[in-house]
Amino acid sequence: MTLGQILVFAVLSLVIGRWANLRWRPWLLMVFSLLAIYWLQPGMPLRYMDFWLPTLALALTVWVWAATRSGGLRQLSSADLGAAGLILVVVLLIGLTRYVAPLCCLTATRPPPVSQIGLGLVFVAGLGLFLRLIRGNRSWILGFGVIFILIVFVILKTEPLTTALSAAVRGLMQQDVALASALDVRWLGFSYIAFRLLHVLRDRMAGRLPDTGLGELVSFILFFPALTAGPIDRIQRFSNDFRHDFRLDSPQLLEAGERLVWGIFKKFVLANALTLLALNAFNANQIQSPFWMWVVVYAYALLIYFDFSGYTDVAIGLGLLSGIRLPENFSRPYLQKNLTQFWNSWHMTLANWFRAYYFNPLTRALRGARSLPVGWIILTGQLSTMVLLGLWHGVTWNFAIWGAWHGLGLFLHNRWSEFLRRRDQPAENSPWRQRLLNAGGTLLTFHYVALGWVWFVLPTPQLAWRVWSVLLGLG
Amino acid sequence: MDKVSTQSYSASPATASGFIRGVLLKAALFLILINLLFVAVYPLSTLGRLSLYNWLFPGRLRLPFGEAPERAYNLSLYQLDAMFASHVLNGTPKPASEYRVFLLGDSNTWGFLLRNEQTLAGRLNALKLSTPDGQEIRFYNLGYPTISLTKDLLLLDYALRYDPDMVIWLVTLEAFPQEKQLSSPLVQNNPAPVRQLIQTYQLPANPNDPAFAEETLWERTILSQRRTLADMLRLQLYGVMWAATGIDQDYPATYTPVQSDLAPDLEYGEFSPPELPVENLAFDVLLAGNKMLGERPLLIVNEPIYISRGENSHLRYNFYYPRWAYDEYRRLLAQESQNNGWITLDLWDMIEPGFFTNTAIHLDPEGTEMLAERIAEFLYSMLSKDTATK
Repeated sequence: MTLGQILVFAVLSLVIGRWANLRWRPWLLMVFSLLAIYWLQPGMPLRYMDFWLPTLALALTVWVWAATRSGGLRQLSSADLGAAGLILVVVLLIGLTRYVAPLCCLTATRPPPVSQIGLGLVFVAGLGLFLRLIRGNRSWILGFGVIFILIVFVILKTEPLTTALSAAVRGLMQQDVALASALDVRWLGFSYIAFRLLHVLRDRMAGRLPDTGLGELVSFILFFPALTAGPIDRIQRFSNDFRHDFRLDSPQLLEAGERLVWGIFKKFVLANALTLLALNAFNANQIQSPFWMWVVVYAYALLIYFDFSGYTDVAIGLGLLSGIRLPENFSRPYLQKNLTQFWNSWHMTLANWFRAYYFNPLTRALRGARSLPVGWIILTGQLSTMVLLGLWHGVTWNFAIWGAWHGLGLFLHNRWSEFLRRRDQPAENSPWRQRLLNAGGTLLTFHYVALGWVWFVLPTPQLAWRVWSVLLGLG
Repeated sequence: MDKVSTQSYSASPATASGFIRGVLLKAALFLILINLLFVAVYPLSTLGRLSLYNWLFPGRLRLPFGEAPERAYNLSLYQLDAMFASHVLNGTPKPASEYRVFLLGDSNTWGFLLRNEQTLAGRLNALKLSTPDGQEIRFYNLGYPTISLTKDLLLLDYALRYDPDMVIWLVTLEAFPQEKQLSSPLVQNNPAPVRQLIQTYQLPANPNDPAFAEETLWERTILSQRRTLADMLRLQLYGVMWAATGIDQDYPATYTPVQSDLAPDLEYGEFSPPELPVENLAFDVLLAGNKMLGERPLLIVNEPIYISRGENSHLRYNFYYPRWAYDEYRRLLAQESQNNGWITLDLWDMIEPGFFTNTAIHLDPEGTEMLAERIAEFLYSMLSKDTATK
């Protein structure tokens, strides 16, 4: 998000929070979120893709709603029908900007012709109706939905597959296939959209999903403050705020303002300044001195924190203005005493997601197989969770190694804690000794995390290893 | 959010609207006040002198200039205090044993496509020259990549505070036309010192030229100067990467070599053969430089140019110069030097075409080394003669 976009969103959120009553607020949240996905989506060389990708995000949301809602077509509420109608109108109006010069365009490039949009909408609505019509055991639909979203996710995160997808779309659009590139398909916010959709599908399978209206689900999945960089909310918590009347008052305004200003400062002042001196693929080969290499690694560690937590502050601030309290994503991560605490305070909503939908089920399943020793269960659970969490950023060796680095670290910390717990007489620490141990733990944890960022930020293992060699005085 | 800090605010909607109005009003007032204060104090010069270079980071070996900052770890800014504060000169006290020589000139002197050790100053310093009195001669690169003698004079005027013993000024015809004197962004963005130079040395340039970036009241606000302030901050931040890598320009893997086939064009700017009126060339700026330096010697070097052997090379030496105009310029330079007693070294054809890079004045490392050796030779004889005279 740019500063201008944040300002526009702040004004819209203020309008919702200050002047919209319970009747209008849900509609405004949905409409603004719909407009935001088209507005924020960057332009791409693939023709009309900046229109079709947001539309596909919307279609996935509608299909997931159709697949997860209990009851048949007759039980559709007027609110759901209204929401469906409003979605159709908004999408068509965005498409119509193609023909209106002063308004064109909310999207980065001209939208496709209305006839194409109409066909697309008929397909979305038709599939939605089909999903609603299916009777009996619907769990296979949910399972299929999970697999489908995961497949799309993997395609978008794997460069050769994305390039192949780009080539296929280029062929369809009669564009030069030879120019196909992974950069052609940049689906804004899909990482977060996909995980919210998976959360909804999995909670429905587990019977934990509350009945949710179409407008409510669209607003949850595509909520404009959290579209680009999270946090990943839970539908149960979101609905609680969504369904309650809200009128922005002074303390809430002050809190939201504080978060916004602090977030903008972190993102646009601190992070942008650190970009100039942080480790990147370009300078990783140029620095020979361990001292300066450490400096640029520290700069990157701070950069990624200020950038990401700054965005989160902005998202939370905007959410507060419109009456939605998004969950916290960071809680002083670099001041934590060990790696476990670090992962309880860094990108907390993603870590919680993986805990809920992967780590806990996996650990339960492994514990069921009684032949496995506890250490192996923990190692398997933590290592695979963190590798997957790494691959969530992109299917590359470096992200996998970054995940493995943290998985191994978490395992070692777990075993060390267990060892200390089992000691018969834990040593009594004086306050100063405890403070020293805490400080040492914080320092150690920060450096462990900072060394991990080297793998995260650089594109190849060779380059990352070169940086490590310089850092450790080996190269 | 601390609940205690917010409990004094009423939650009633009416108060909330008042609160919003209050916040906006106070923010607007604060913005106005801070801008007025900035206008009144106008601390750009003081802020410019605050620098981490020569303290936390080593001083830069040439003035800040960069067209691709993210790859060059360098950027172009026009605040002279900040530019010089980042230069190694600013942090180098002059010992008695040092004979300090400044090199003025364009991108050739600055060292376009050259690493610091390959620039003219770098090559001259590598020769480890000393004066006949035994002082170590140390050369400082004050070249800057735009072509205008007035730009050089502006830099010289500022640099005098660093007490040079001698100045070597590399010039070429392209720096002389009067209409180009104010075209350098560095000149345009420093109207006050340039006007002072125009007045002091009675230069023919127009002190009210519209090219000058005027500093109205609005132009002196933070809002208007935010780019300058940001650039000053960026210059400090790039100090980390300068210290870490020693890189201060973008070195492309390939570049378009200097053009050897030329258009059959005999015009030189607004001039047609055979007229290149002396009054249209800024010899008065060279005169001002001489006056500015007083007793300190100034060596004017007519820098080498690329002499094409390609198509239409019988009409033009290179992309910049038709033969007639450049020949006339050399004649005028020799004449003015003789009339004014300037020490001039005309090296226009000393470098073979194969030692130029992307333009008709940019030398490669070997070409620069040859130039440095030739200048060093002349310098040595010049200083020896000077000592003998004394």
